[in-house]
Amino acid sequence: MIITTENLTKKFGQFTAVDQISFSVAEGEIFGFLGANGAGKTTAMRMLSGLLAPTSGRAKVVGFDVATQPEDIKRSIGYMSQRFSLYEDLTVLENIRLFGSIYGLKKVELSQKATALLEQLQFTEQRNTLVGALPLGWKQKLSFSVAMMHEPRLVFLDEPTGGVDPITRRQFWELIYAAAGRGATVFVTTHYMDEAEYCDRVSIMVDGRIAALDTPAALKVQFEARDMDEVFCASPPLLKSVPHEDFSRIPAKRILARHTRPT
Amino acid sequence: MISIQNISKSFNKDSVTALRNINIEVERGELFGLIGPDGAGKTTLFRILATLLLADEGRAEIGGRDVVRDYKAIRRTIGYMPGRFALYQDLSIWENLQFYASVFGTTVAENYERIKPIYSQIEPFKDRRAGQLSGGMKQKLALSCALVHKPDILLLDEPTTGVDPVSRKEFWDILQLLRGQGLTIIVSTPYMDEARLCDRIALLQKGQILEQNTPDGIVSGHSEPLFSVRGPNMFALLQAVRLWPGTYSCFAFGDSHHAYLRPGAKPADLKDFLHQKGFENVAVEAIQPDIEDIFMHLLPA
Amino acid sequence: MKIFLAFLQKEFWHVIRDRRSLVVLIGMPILMMLLYGFALSNEVKNSRIAILDLSKDDITRELTQRLDASRYFSVTEYIQSPTQADQLFRQGKVRAVVIFQENFQRNLLQANATAVQIIADAADTNTGSTVAFYAASVIRSYQNELQELQKLPYRIHVESQMVYNPQQESAPNFVPGVMVLILILLCSMLTAVAIVREKESGTMELILVSPARPWVMVVAKAIPFLLVGMLNVGVILMMAYTVLGLPMRGSLVLLLAECGLFVLLALSLGLLISTRTDSQQTALFISLVGLMLPSLVFSGFMFPLENMPKPLQIISNIVPTKYFFSILKSVMIKGLGFSYVWKETLVMAGMTLVLLTLAVRSFKIRLA
Repeated sequence: MIITTENLTKKFGQFTAVDQISFSVAEGEIFGFLGANGAGKTTAMRMLSGLLAPTSGRAKVVGFDVATQPEDIKRSIGYMSQRFSLYEDLTVLENIRLFGSIYGLKKVELSQKATALLEQLQFTEQRNTLVGALPLGWKQKLSFSVAMMHEPRLVFLDEPTGGVDPITRRQFWELIYAAAGRGATVFVTTHYMDEAEYCDRVSIMVDGRIAALDTPAALKVQFEARDMDEVFCASPPLLKSVPHEDFSRIPAKRILARHTRPT
Repeated sequence: MISIQNISKSFNKDSVTALRNINIEVERGELFGLIGPDGAGKTTLFRILATLLLADEGRAEIGGRDVVRDYKAIRRTIGYMPGRFALYQDLSIWENLQFYASVFGTTVAENYERIKPIYSQIEPFKDRRAGQLSGGMKQKLALSCALVHKPDILLLDEPTTGVDPVSRKEFWDILQLLRGQGLTIIVSTPYMDEARLCDRIALLQKGQILEQNTPDGIVSGHSEPLFSVRGPNMFALLQAVRLWPGTYSCFAFGDSHHAYLRPGAKPADLKDFLHQKGFENVAVEAIQPDIEDIFMHLLPA
Repeated sequence: MKIFLAFLQKEFWHVIRDRRSLVVLIGMPILMMLLYGFALSNEVKNSRIAILDLSKDDITRELTQRLDASRYFSVTEYIQSPTQADQLFRQGKVRAVVIFQENFQRNLLQANATAVQIIADAADTNTGSTVAFYAASVIRSYQNELQELQKLPYRIHVESQMVYNPQQESAPNFVPGVMVLILILLCSMLTAVAIVREKESGTMELILVSPARPWVMVVAKAIPFLLVGMLNVGVILMMAYTVLGLPMRGSLVLLLAECGLFVLLALSLGLLISTRTDSQQTALFISLVGLMLPSLVFSGFMFPLENMPKPLQIISNIVPTKYFFSILKSVMIKGLGFSYVWKETLVMAGMTLVLLTLAVRSFKIRLA
């Protein structure tokens, strides 16, 4: 398990943003972290990435405790937020080189990676374009690839595809699949319910608690829903019947077949 | 009610074209959707309509008034909700609402009936500062402020971006309610599934209108057959479908893949091809395309 | 009018809600005044002086002892000729030389008048004059004691002389200078970021799409800051009077009115900057760097204007701080009435009007 939490809780004064959540994520999984605005997703994600100390409960991420070893966690994960994080006034290649050296890549390794990255994104022609002049979807793809350059075992993506055009949005998900194929664990939030289908497992947060957690197929059966949109809209009432459920008992799924490429 | 004629606009000394030759007519009482991703030019078009930007070419009228010459009169009759949250974060819900009412020379009480369906949902929190609200509540407050002076026309720039599906549904219910009260509404969104909720839509990409019609009209205007492909190993399947020479395009759509085939290519052959590649139990079915399929199909490959 | 009041209420909310900025805005001038105040008084503590005693009598010895005993001075050198004084100054060994004339005691007791000369190193403008001032006051207090004891009108004529920078201004002029500088920088900064902040945060987009007229938005921004500015004026004046010992000779009402006018002028200048810029950073840069230098150079408290080349003197006429500095000196220190400062007041009022008009005029009714 690359993430395990046990009654993880965060309170801001009287307000409980994250309320005793217990779940786990397996290595190599694409984990969809859904929930309404203000349900506590961002707070939970910040605790898991070592940016915020929990009020109570425990969580282990990449083998480190979030309360006592946040620096170790930060060093071994990737993080990409909705807000674009590259330098707009540098070119594509300059950004790649800059972040590559920040992550401590060696010169030869860096130039190999840069070339591979540009090819994968089909950005080779745009390598000398200022990042600020790229369309949003391109920036997000570049930002993700840069965040994955030091090959973190776990990456947190906070609404990476908001406002991105439908084709680029799908290309972004293909990048996620490729990263998962190389063994990375992807922890992602989104408001596009079709994207929820692309995840191995999905959790739905409501009012600081996890209301449901399972594979998209199992959730659709559970809620008698046609698609994830219906699942999402049906999940809130469930909370009242099952308070503080321990979701770590639902086995994390290992999907190996996904990564076998057809010959 | 709203007439946009040959509007073009560039930025940075013509180096970036934001809008190219846009023509749109919106009838009184219509709910018109501008559908397109970030960078399509939706915000620029809204700003031109809201008298905040001057177009390089073309003209636009709102209720028979020219957006350049009669900007003062137009500003009184429109309710505008910018794409970025534009209310004062250090003021409470109530203070923001009251301020905007006063600026338009009216009071909240006078127009309470108009804003009630939306405002009543956030009224319990009216002393909370706007900066501390969740995304969905901010949208409701912004809409309340846009409605507080009883405008005839609503200009809503991406009101649902970044908002969760439940809040989005609530927001669209409110829009339908307002349309029922006779308001003319132009709304933009990057969520293609919201296109169905509009009377008419324009698909926008890189400053140009790809198509403009009712949602059904747009769907029925595209007779190219579309197939859904379903099976185990979805990601590998996607790559395999793309490898087939008869595939024009294939993209993931939730729990299935949607593929447009080249003229003459048969879905049965695709199934055979996939079988050869080792994919068992693959289902290939002809399906009705949706707005998102068509939008993607209209984009240059 | 209702719209104006709505805006005014909103602006007050903004100012009151932003507690941290408010603390900085009121704390900063206090800090600056304290800094300058203590810098001034610390400088003259235990200043090294030299004595050139041409008389060598009881009284000169007594005076030398008193100077040495005072907390302001320590007598470190005894010299024999004026040429030696020059040498000590050059080596920076002393800040001042006190010269007792020949037959000091005899002249004092027989002719009831004698002279002492204080030569201060005024390369460091302010300390030079302060040193001379303190030395003179030590001698004067001795003279007063003598008079009380002997009931005779003894007079010690104290002649101060500055070397290296003879035209330097005296310490009391320094404090008004600092006040002028703090007020113009602070007040213009207040409004310089105010409008541009709304452009940056996006709230301007909605405000523009409203029937509110430009002057409403611009003027409403200035009023809460006028109060903040006046609060600062009060604090600064109080500190100048109590901590820094500046005299308050003129009418307080006139002084406050003039300060109010100057605050308004600075706020208008800030508003003009704010309507013309697109980012808080630029606005802040212009209001700080752009105003600091001309205010410092052309207001006349650092560098005497009369010594400047003609073109610079002409330029100084458009620098508002020059007028306010002159008004402050006239009203506070010299205790003059309105009839002596009406010209400067008129110029400042005119400038305020022009700046405010320009600010409203350059307020963009659209986004780009």
